[in-house]
Formats: sequence, structure tokens, C-alpha cells
Amino acid sequence: MENELREKAKELLESGEVAVVIGYGFNRKKTRITPVFITKPEETDKLVFNELCVNNLSIYLTRKYRDIQKIGRPAIVAKGCDIKNIVVLITEGQTKREDIHILGVTCSGVVYKQELFKGELKPEIMPSKCHNCDVRNPHVADTVIGEKSDFTPPEEPTGMVFDKIKEIDAMSDSARWDFWNEHFNRCIKCYACRQLCSLCYCERCITEKNMPQWIETSAHPRGNLAWNLIRAMHLAGRCTFCGECERGCPVNIPLNLVNQKLVLTVKNAFGFESGIDENVHPPMIVFSEDDNENFIK
Amino acid sequence: MPEEAKIETEGVFEPKIMAFVCNWCTYAGADLAGTSRMEYRPNVRIIKLPCTGRIDPLFIMKAFENGADGVLVSGCHPGDCHYTTGNYHARRRWTAFKDLLAFTGIDLKRVQFSWVSASEAIKWVELINNVTDDMEALGPFMKFKEMNKKGPNQG
Repeated sequence: MENELREKAKELLESGEVAVVIGYGFNRKKTRITPVFITKPEETDKLVFNELCVNNLSIYLTRKYRDIQKIGRPAIVAKGCDIKNIVVLITEGQTKREDIHILGVTCSGVVYKQELFKGELKPEIMPSKCHNCDVRNPHVADTVIGEKSDFTPPEEPTGMVFDKIKEIDAMSDSARWDFWNEHFNRCIKCYACRQLCSLCYCERCITEKNMPQWIETSAHPRGNLAWNLIRAMHLAGRCTFCGECERGCPVNIPLNLVNQKLVLTVKNAFGFESGIDENVHPPMIVFSEDDNENFIK
Repeated sequence: MPEEAKIETEGVFEPKIMAFVCNWCTYAGADLAGTSRMEYRPNVRIIKLPCTGRIDPLFIMKAFENGADGVLVSGCHPGDCHYTTGNYHARRRWTAFKDLLAFTGIDLKRVQFSWVSASEAIKWVELINNVTDDMEALGPFMKFKEMNKKGPNQG
């Protein structure tokens, strides 16, 4: 599979169809996977794909990384879940389908965090998204690499995140408040969750607007709550549950829970799943006259 | 005198309610209630915005942070929006935001949504009286008030 990937990348670079291949490669010590940017055909041997390739590379297609866009037309190595983010970027006009070459790779799951990997991919170290993955065969791609996967996701989503959401839903209001305060109190406002997210591409984030200061910048519980809720709210109907924010959080706030909760809300209320079809508008910019309004008096 | 101390010494609790209303319907409805000399509970502080579509979820968070016991969000009935579709978009946003608030443990009685048109002065009066009663039953919003007393996170 890796050879197939390298050959295709080489072919694309040699023909001049793309100027850069964004993919996965080993670090110098060969211990971890990092993003690599290949611009020369002879360097394509650096490309790898294995169960450590958890990073969502679609972030390099956003305007956060103008220097990469300056190189020229990119090809991107993407798993099904990364393609979902690319699809959202296309629906939001951040990039054009014809401006990128998607090297879709079939995937049989990745690790939750690279340091958990001990030579074997076990279900316990896979994130919830992999247990319920419906895009192991890339759904939007120019080239599909790897053998077709015949994995079918369970009908009822399973995994730690979904169990925990059910548990929180059954809690009393004050128990929920205590649960979230305990987690959000740890927030140090490093904004790693925002920097890692390929859908948080605003050039001026709401936290940087200080006339008025919408979200307190100090790590006070009040500002922490506002930041974490508003971040989730700005991803409502857009988040594809790729899990990068939680993976990057230095204090392990379970951000996947809030994100997935909103994914479920949007799915139930508007019947929308983000990242599936690049020709459908995201749910928060359109409306239906028949939207549910039983909560409005 | 700090608010909590006042409640302890005098035994009265006057809830603070923030109302974010749209300029064209609910504000006009409240205005009609005023010009018709209708009487309603004085606990509401009205903020007029151009449209319900202008009401950012951050406003609701800010209101709670600054000591509101309840928030009311109100605008034109669906189909009546001065800007044609503002309230439809707002409705979608609230659908997601109310679930998020409930998930964090905020009682949804503290955030109420309604449609009040320019002619519905009676509905507005009833709405404010009901919301004020709800807040009196719930008591001061201690979750945020306690949080405000805490110092910044020292790790």
C-alpha cells in the first residue's frame, strides 16, 4: 500500500499536476509520525501510511497555512475522516474541489494517541470515531489507495464517547455542572483546540476581539466555560468528530463529548451529517420553515 | 450591599432578567404594552437588537457572567421577520445552543425563547410575569455567582 502511495505521489509530482504532496512520514528518530511536505519526486520514499497516522492533515489546506498554498497545487494523503473535513472546507468555500488532489487511503483504524501504540492496534487504543467509521473507504477522492475495506459500522454508535454522553444525559443539572466545571477549570487557554482544528480557520478568532472583551483571556473558570462552549457552538453542524482538539489538549479536557453532543443534536434536529456531500450547504447557514420549535413559546 | 447579603438580611429576591429582543416585533410589542399603560413585573432589562439573527450565543453567556438570573430571547414570529429570514436562522442556532447549555448543566428554564409580535402586548406582559415567577421559584443563579467569586485557575 505504501509503495502504491509513493508511486502515485511520484507520478503526480513528475507530471507537474501537483506541486506538493502533503502526507505522513517518520520523524528523524523513526519513532513517531509527523506531517511531511514532498516537493521533489525523488523524496516520495519518505511517505508512509500506517495505524499511527492519526493527524488530520486537512488543516494544511486552510488559510492558516498560506505558505503551503504558495507552493502550488497540493495533493493530500487523507483517510476517510480527514476527507470529511476537506468536504466541509469545500462547502464553506475555503478551497475548491478541483484545486486539490485527494489521495484517499483506505484505513482500518488509527490509534487514539501515538504514544499508546505498542506494536499492535487493539480496539482499546482506537478512538470512538474508528469504531463507528462509515468512511473506511474514502468517499470523495481522486485516487483511492489500498484494499477495499468491508467494515460496516454498528447501527447504534458505540464507544467511550457515546457511553459517556448517555451517562451525562442521565445526570442531574448540578452533577453535569460539576462534571464540566471540573474539566473546564483545568483549561489553561492555550487554544491548542483551535489551532489544531481545520474548521477553526477564522483569521481573527472571537477570543482575540477585545472591543468588548467577549471571552476573558485569563484562565478563570468563567472565561474557560465561555470559551469552551462558544468554540463548540461555532463548530455546530460543521464538526466532523475527527477528535484532533481532544488529542491536542494538554490538560485532557474531553472535548469530544461536547462536539459529539452537538453532532447528535444537529443530526436529530436537521437530519444533517457534516462532511458527506460537498454540494450540500452546512445546516447553520440554511433553514427549513418546518424546523422544530417546541421549545419556543 | 452585595446581592446575596441583601437576600439574607431582607429576605427578598428580585431576579434580574435580561431580555434580548428584536427591534421590529418584540420591542414594538413591549412598547405597545407601555403606551397602553399595562403593568408588568419590573425585573426585566430589555436590550434591543436589529433582529433575532443578531443574537449571538455569546450574549447569553455574557448576561449570565454579569449576574443575570435568567435570559429571555424574543423576536418576530416565523415568516414575519423584517429581514425575511433572520428568525429562521436564529431558531436553528438556538436549537443547538439550548442543547449545549442543557448538556453543561444549565437549567433550560433560565434561558427562555419566545415569539412576540408588535401587537401582542398582552402576550409580552404575561411572558414577563411568567418568566419572573419562574426565576423567583428557581432562586438566584448561584452556579455563575459562585464561579465569579473564584480566583483565576492556579493549576
